[in-house]
Amino acid sequence: MEPLTEHTGRVLPLRRSDVDTDQIIPSRFCRRLTKTGYADGLFARWREADDFVLNDPARAGGSVLVAGPNFATGSSREHAVWALRDWGIAAVLAPSFGDIFRRNALKNGLLAVQLPDAVVSGLLDAADRDPGFPVTVDLVACEVRWDGGRQAFEVDPRARRLLLDGQDDIAVTLADGDGITAYERGRPHWLPVFGAARAG
Amino acid sequence: MSEPRTLFQKIWDSHRVPSGSDGPDLLYIDAHLVHEATSAQAFDGLRLTGRAVRRPDLTLAVEDHNVPTDSLSISDPISVEQVTRLRSNCAEHGIELFRHGDAQQGIVHVVGPELGAIQPGMTVVCGDSHTSTHGAFGALAFGVGTSDVEHVLATQTLSMPRPRTMAVEFTGALPPDVTAKDLMLALLTEIGANGAHGHVLEYRGAAIRGLSMESRMTLCNLSIEAGARAGMVAPDEVTVEYLATRPRRPTGSDWDDALAYWSGLHTDPGATFDRTVTLGVDALSPVVTWGTNPGQAVPLSQAVPDPAQFSDAAEQAAARRALEYMALEPGTRMRDIEVDTVFLGSCTNGRIEDLRAAAAVLRGRKVAPSVRMLVVPGSMQVRADAEREGLHDVFLAAGAEWRLSGCSMCLGMNADRLSGPSRCASTSNRNYEGRQGDTARTHLVSPAVAAATAVAGRLAAPADLS
Ligand code: SF4
Repeated sequence: MEPLTEHTGRVLPLRRSDVDTDQIIPSRFCRRLTKTGYADGLFARWREADDFVLNDPARAGGSVLVAGPNFATGSSREHAVWALRDWGIAAVLAPSFGDIFRRNALKNGLLAVQLPDAVVSGLLDAADRDPGFPVTVDLVACEVRWDGGRQAFEVDPRARRLLLDGQDDIAVTLADGDGITAYERGRPHWLPVFGAARAG
Repeated sequence: MSEPRTLFQKIWDSHRVPSGSDGPDLLYIDAHLVHEATSAQAFDGLRLTGRAVRRPDLTLAVEDHNVPTDSLSISDPISVEQVTRLRSNCAEHGIELFRHGDAQQGIVHVVGPELGAIQPGMTVVCGDSHTSTHGAFGALAFGVGTSDVEHVLATQTLSMPRPRTMAVEFTGALPPDVTAKDLMLALLTEIGANGAHGHVLEYRGAAIRGLSMESRMTLCNLSIEAGARAGMVAPDEVTVEYLATRPRRPTGSDWDDALAYWSGLHTDPGATFDRTVTLGVDALSPVVTWGTNPGQAVPLSQAVPDPAQFSDAAEQAAARRALEYMALEPGTRMRDIEVDTVFLGSCTNGRIEDLRAAAAVLRGRKVAPSVRMLVVPGSMQVRADAEREGLHDVFLAAGAEWRLSGCSMCLGMNADRLSGPSRCASTSNRNYEGRQGDTARTHLVSPAVAAATAVAGRLAAPADLS
């Protein structure tokens, strides 16, 4: 992956709580075998309503989704991250996230950033007033900045390091391969195995 | 003496891989369960980078999400491709696979435990959020996305910060008509659909000790609906008895070694949790959902709530939206809500005990003419067990459909999908908008309530039937 340090974009306000991953991308889109090409599935049901935020011409090109608490709760489908990214969303700001989604997001360079309730409310209000309202998500300084304000955020240090350096997660883990092998030697002998190993 | 530790801490500590880097812990994974809907891209990733599956012998695959339950041939070409891809990936990497049509096929979270392949103290992951089910065995089990599936395939580990811990203490004795499903819906109502965010839960209390393994699986399964990372129950004689007859349990002296190890897997007296929640269970009664997340639930004896009664503005807005989607008016008695579909199945309530509970209600009764009822066993093994007990005869005589195994109508991905504005009483786990069909409305219920509802044509408990 390319190193990722910060993103600046206009806010797409989604004033809803508990947005589940079935809303972000319905399961029928999850039958595909690719990691890209999911933009058509993003919020497929909600997009049928003309007044849904993604249908607002004044907000076309917005890339920072700001949402209510418990965003992307539910299923583990990484397709939710792929769909947001394919639509052009680079960051999601919310008071809280589904744990699995947040992890999936950072693995794909989608900046899922947890901010205090009041800050999210303020950004939603600002975006309601001004469809062109921009914010910057800075992964180096670990802060979100906007006209007249800034807010620090916390992020999993390993995920941050991988993004800043553009490193491959698996390659970094495999660099510790000796540790894994050493651990495997000490595993209890009765633990289950599957497949051909069972007969042996 | 060492510090007292929680069950979670013991499992976490015993799975930490010594690592040169000073990042978060690297956790070794004992069992990796795989299914067709979240794995293809992970195998592609391995292919692109020329990596192998590190431990095919710790990996088990099942076809469940995207298979039909009325036929052994898949008609939809996209679904055929997804299932075919899982088959070729498993063949290429030497991974054991239970295919649609195999006697051991079923929903991944039903199949693993019934084999006896999920044991106390293990770490278990799967590209599916309801992996939390396996915590019933005193295992640390959680769902992951496809990038993590690839990471586990390649390294058999995951790098993750240590979650916080939360004790859920159930006090008192469970009334006879109250099930694990009701217990969890009551807990979700109490703490909210994100109330356990970032935590690993340990379910504790005498009420838990009295639960079967099937019920403990229902309990842990629904942990994710509270936003928890995982849920677990410490192993005891119920766990050991369940495992003792399973085909993939340890045998001979291995069994004795395993027993000795398992006996230490409990939270030590004096160990502390980051949070504790207590719920009295004496006064509970069957619970059903009225909204579009599993925390929007009330006892069946009550009415659809008025959004104005919720304290915070976000909850009020969510309740209003939910009622609009569900086409329900505040004040409507839950028992007056008519349904046209009843779904008995899923990894939450598709095990033999669930089928028995529903059959006990349906015996000698008929599904209402206005209702279609699907009975989808959680696995082909459950189906065979049920047929041995004659449960299928009860379902068929009542007018329900007796189907093959799969995720079916739980997620509306395969052919079992509602069309139009159907209203369904479902034993599954998610009542999200559009989950069971684009405009389908879902009420989550226990198997006994599902069966009574099928007979009454409206939400009902067994005691309501004459
Ligand atoms: S039954 Fe439903 S919740 Fe369970 S694994 Fe299948 S789709 Fe997921």
